[in-house]
Amino acid sequence: MDTVVVVGASLAGLRCCEALRRRGYSGKLVLVGEEAHKPYDRPPLSKQVLCGEWEPARTEFRRKEGYAPLALELQLGRRALALHAQARRVVLDDGKELAYDGLVIATGARARTLRGSEALSGVFTLRTLDDALQLRVALLQQPRVVVVGAGFIGLEVASACRKLDVAVTVVESMALPLDNPLGSAVGQAVQRLHEAHGVSFRLGVGVAALEGHGRVEHVRLSDGTAVPADVVVVGIGVTPNTAWLEGSGVAVGDGVLCDPTLATSVPGVVAAGDVVRWENPLFGESMRVEHWSNAVEQGQAAAARLLAGPTGGEPFSSLPYFWSDQYDLKLQFAGRVRADDELVLVEGTLADRNYVALYGRAGKLRGVLASNRPQQLLRYRKLLSEQASFDAALNAARPSAGP
Amino acid sequence: MRIIVDFDLCQSHGLCTEAAPELFQIRDDGFLYVLNETPGKELAGKAQKAAIECPTGAITLKDD
Ligand SMILES: Cc1cc2nc3c(=O)[nH]c(=O)nc-3n(C[C@H](O)[C@H](O)[C@H](O)COP(=O)(O)OP(=O)(O)OC[C@H]3O[C@@H](n4cnc5c(N)ncnc54)[C@H](O)[C@@H]3O)c2cc1C
Ligand code: SF4
Repeated sequence: MDTVVVVGASLAGLRCCEALRRRGYSGKLVLVGEEAHKPYDRPPLSKQVLCGEWEPARTEFRRKEGYAPLALELQLGRRALALHAQARRVVLDDGKELAYDGLVIATGARARTLRGSEALSGVFTLRTLDDALQLRVALLQQPRVVVVGAGFIGLEVASACRKLDVAVTVVESMALPLDNPLGSAVGQAVQRLHEAHGVSFRLGVGVAALEGHGRVEHVRLSDGTAVPADVVVVGIGVTPNTAWLEGSGVAVGDGVLCDPTLATSVPGVVAAGDVVRWENPLFGESMRVEHWSNAVEQGQAAAARLLAGPTGGEPFSSLPYFWSDQYDLKLQFAGRVRADDELVLVEGTLADRNYVALYGRAGKLRGVLASNRPQQLLRYRKLLSEQASFDAALNAARPSAGP
Repeated sequence: MRIIVDFDLCQSHGLCTEAAPELFQIRDDGFLYVLNETPGKELAGKAQKAAIECPTGAITLKDD
């Protein structure tokens, strides 16, 4: 293999390049990214960057080491428009074509928007550094903020607003925040935390329209009421960036469809990060994981897969993990759960926000949530990777059995 | 090799303790402890894995 092209210059793409070099690949390596910035870290955007605790430059990866040791051609501000899989070429937006022997798709995901909001100013999503910087400037004007969507990004934005003493209302069509991923008991506790910090909620009601003249002025809800807003932040999930693969032969369907080894349907093409949908052997189900650790692990696994040749490669098995910081609350979660999983609190209480909860389904341990208890998460992560039964996990949680 | 952890960055995600339990440990106080700051060659791979998987980039490895 003489030339490897990696499309998507963010976490998964960069970690893949690093792993290729560590594994001894010495051929040409091209990393193409649509954003003008060098690869940077996204989790701080909705946390330290939005609150102004960090200079934006602190988010940049490889600040110290630089790019020379990787010997790669960094093509930034360049978007891949199409893939000619037969000819093994990637078409860029400046008309140039990049030939490859091996290709890594690491184009991640973009924030979903509300239809009909494009013409209004004052409406934001939060996915990129530029998004974060623009939103920060807007928040410094002390606007009235409405956050649409009480998922992790929405709640972190609400938390940042309160740190900046900005009034914020969170609108969510579900009955509780975070209901879908973590269950109603946790959702309630999180809601109370935000309310204690002065966040207002409008729950169980959808957004009908964003209204205003040039600028957004209020959010019209599906029950007819209106919430005044100078700034609206839309946090309603992401869409994988697969449009450029249309007609290429690479199979897509809510993500790039990969086999268990992260190979795509086209020879010589692998994928990594938020854009990947694959069958995770650990859970026996097809999933797309939108978390930091997954992008790191898959970036490395995709590098190994590419170097293993057409028929090589091992199944990529992983335990999804993520965290979220809101006020002084640190939530850490491992596993894969649904809202209707059984939830058992095994340590602490929801009220003091210092607890460990286990999730079970069909007799199996499926997930663990640690709230401000990082040291406890690890034991259960181990049980999860061992595919422990729910009973075994509950037994392990009994004080007499634990350390 | 020498392991340097920037404790201002570390947020006790604990992923390093999983990658290299011989080198890192999170104790009941919730803080990270480095068990061996100058591991031998046999642990270099695990130390590297820990540094790569740390979500805050808190771990630096220096060759001596
Ligand atoms: C605000 C925010 C907070 C987060 N907080 C957490 C957290 O606390 N914990 C956690 O676990 N995860 C968090 N995440 C998720 C985590 O950041 C992502 O899982 C991770 O960034 C995924 O990396 P990736 O490289 O797969 O994709 P991305 O980071 O999405 O990168 C894809 C890159 O590809 C580029 N690209 C797309 N299409 C093309 C094209 N056609 N040509 C060229 N380039 C292209 C994009 O511009 C982008 O730079 C957060 C994400 C955001 C946005
Ligand atoms: S992985 Fe990083 S952040 Fe987590 S405990 Fe280890 S050093 Fe700290």
